[in-house]
Amino acid sequence: MANPALGRWGGLIVLIVVVAALPLVLPNKFYYDIAVKTGLNALVCVGLNLLIGYAGQISLGHAAFFALGGYASAVLTTRYEWNGFLALGAGAVATGIVAYLVARPILRLKGHYLAMATLAFGIIVSLVLNREIWLTGGPDGITVPTLRLGDMRLRSAETWYWITGGALVVVTYLALNLIHSPSGRAIRALHGSEVAAETLGIDVARTKTMVFVLSAVIAAIAGSLFAHADRFITPNEAGFLRSVELVTMVVLGGMASTFGAIVGAALLTVLPQALAGFDEFKHIVLGAILVGTMIFLPKGLVPSLGALIRRWRR
Amino acid sequence: MTSLEVAGLAKSFGGVTAVDDVTFSITPGHIHSIIGPNGAGKTTLFNLVAGLYVPTSGTVRLAGQDVTALAPHQRAALGLGRTFQNLQIFFNMSAIENVMVGRHLRRRAGFLGSLFALPSAWADNREARAQAARLMARVGLEAYLDAEADAMPYGALKRLEIARALAAEPSLLMLDEPAAGLNPTETQEIDRLIQSIAADGITVVLVEHDMKLVMGISDHIIVLDHGRLLAQGTPAEVARDPQVVAAYLGGEPA
Repeated sequence: MANPALGRWGGLIVLIVVVAALPLVLPNKFYYDIAVKTGLNALVCVGLNLLIGYAGQISLGHAAFFALGGYASAVLTTRYEWNGFLALGAGAVATGIVAYLVARPILRLKGHYLAMATLAFGIIVSLVLNREIWLTGGPDGITVPTLRLGDMRLRSAETWYWITGGALVVVTYLALNLIHSPSGRAIRALHGSEVAAETLGIDVARTKTMVFVLSAVIAAIAGSLFAHADRFITPNEAGFLRSVELVTMVVLGGMASTFGAIVGAALLTVLPQALAGFDEFKHIVLGAILVGTMIFLPKGLVPSLGALIRRWRR
Repeated sequence: MTSLEVAGLAKSFGGVTAVDDVTFSITPGHIHSIIGPNGAGKTTLFNLVAGLYVPTSGTVRLAGQDVTALAPHQRAALGLGRTFQNLQIFFNMSAIENVMVGRHLRRRAGFLGSLFALPSAWADNREARAQAARLMARVGLEAYLDAEADAMPYGALKRLEIARALAAEPSLLMLDEPAAGLNPTETQEIDRLIQSIAADGITVVLVEHDMKLVMGISDHIIVLDHGRLLAQGTPAEVARDPQVVAAYLGGEPA
């Protein structure tokens, strides 16, 4: 692209227009619910893409951070009767601290070993949520009260559509800022060459930790929003398949492409609804899509399409 | 004050001693070269100085400060820059962004400032882009200002690494075989570039196989063989040294 800034902010404007115009074609509550799920997945994927696509680190445990945020909201608002927004903030901070503590030892690992370590972390969180029934309600999940803003009860699907859409626009804006900043270039340098990054004065361990914590905090906020939007959360949200699903979204949409992450999240949230008849085979289809993407579009949908359009213009 | 001081430096990999009890010092300014046959330990020595390897024994001092225990990024902050024998380009970025990463140590915006696009981050971006464009022009890459790094030819990437290292404003710049794989014209351009870098007051340490280049531009040469310091001195002194001649041409020293 001749002017990279044009593509960046042009993309954000397109996102805002899509979020603003989508309700015109959403016929009923069912579709609003899918739109909310899409937005929340996209939120997680924009953060996860910073880690996977830009910093070049893998995480097979990001669903755990989503669930930690969701359960923080659920537990604090039900058992301790906290204000919902306070609980959301506390959940985000607590998850950030957990991510920081996990990141330091884990991010020294590379490739398969990092994948294994994040996978193990996700499984541990999932186990705790299933077993600590006194706190989490166990496998049956936990009912979450309606989020209140003053006297307003944030309950309708439309309301949650706007909350999710707004959050997605804000997080996308922040991600774009970061990518095109000194810290963002340091993050991308890790992916390019850790050795070169180090010799240019970049603290590799610290930079990896920062981006890991940021992506975990975004996932936690999305989890809190999910818990209130659905008014119910189960340990399935922390599950391994959920983590794989998130990674699939990022890879399908396009690694190192913020809008790719959003497109990937949208496709893989809407597609299963369209393939409702396949039910049991959903994960097979998911796996097939991932394998197909790796073979035919190794750079993902959005970057591959972008390259195609550029070639076509010439 | 020495720019770089290496004392009793050694590095073994299992049973192989790649660098063996090497001691030398490098005075500020000028062009210094480290030469030696293949496997003499030149790149290992570079990696020890840069902090990528932990030495088995010995110390490394930068501008008088003991940096043996410091991480590579901390040594970079003390003014050490380098390029790589096997290119270490950020192929996931554009050419100019590669050089902009070199401005990392000069940034003012932190992580949150970057995230929220505070004025400091904008200023950093503007400054880094301007400096990077200037440095790319200086190394002769003005034609690649809008290029993606993965679309550039080998010779241009060699110079891109030099521009990126210069962006950090190092006081000591280590170049690992900057002319390797270049044709004679490109080698001449690199030759001139190295001299202009040294003329700016940056101490240059060169590892190079191209003897014509080394003999022509070096003020001081250090010769390694089998990990040991064989000789050092001016190009003329080193060329006369019978041990050096033997190491390069084979046979026993006369």
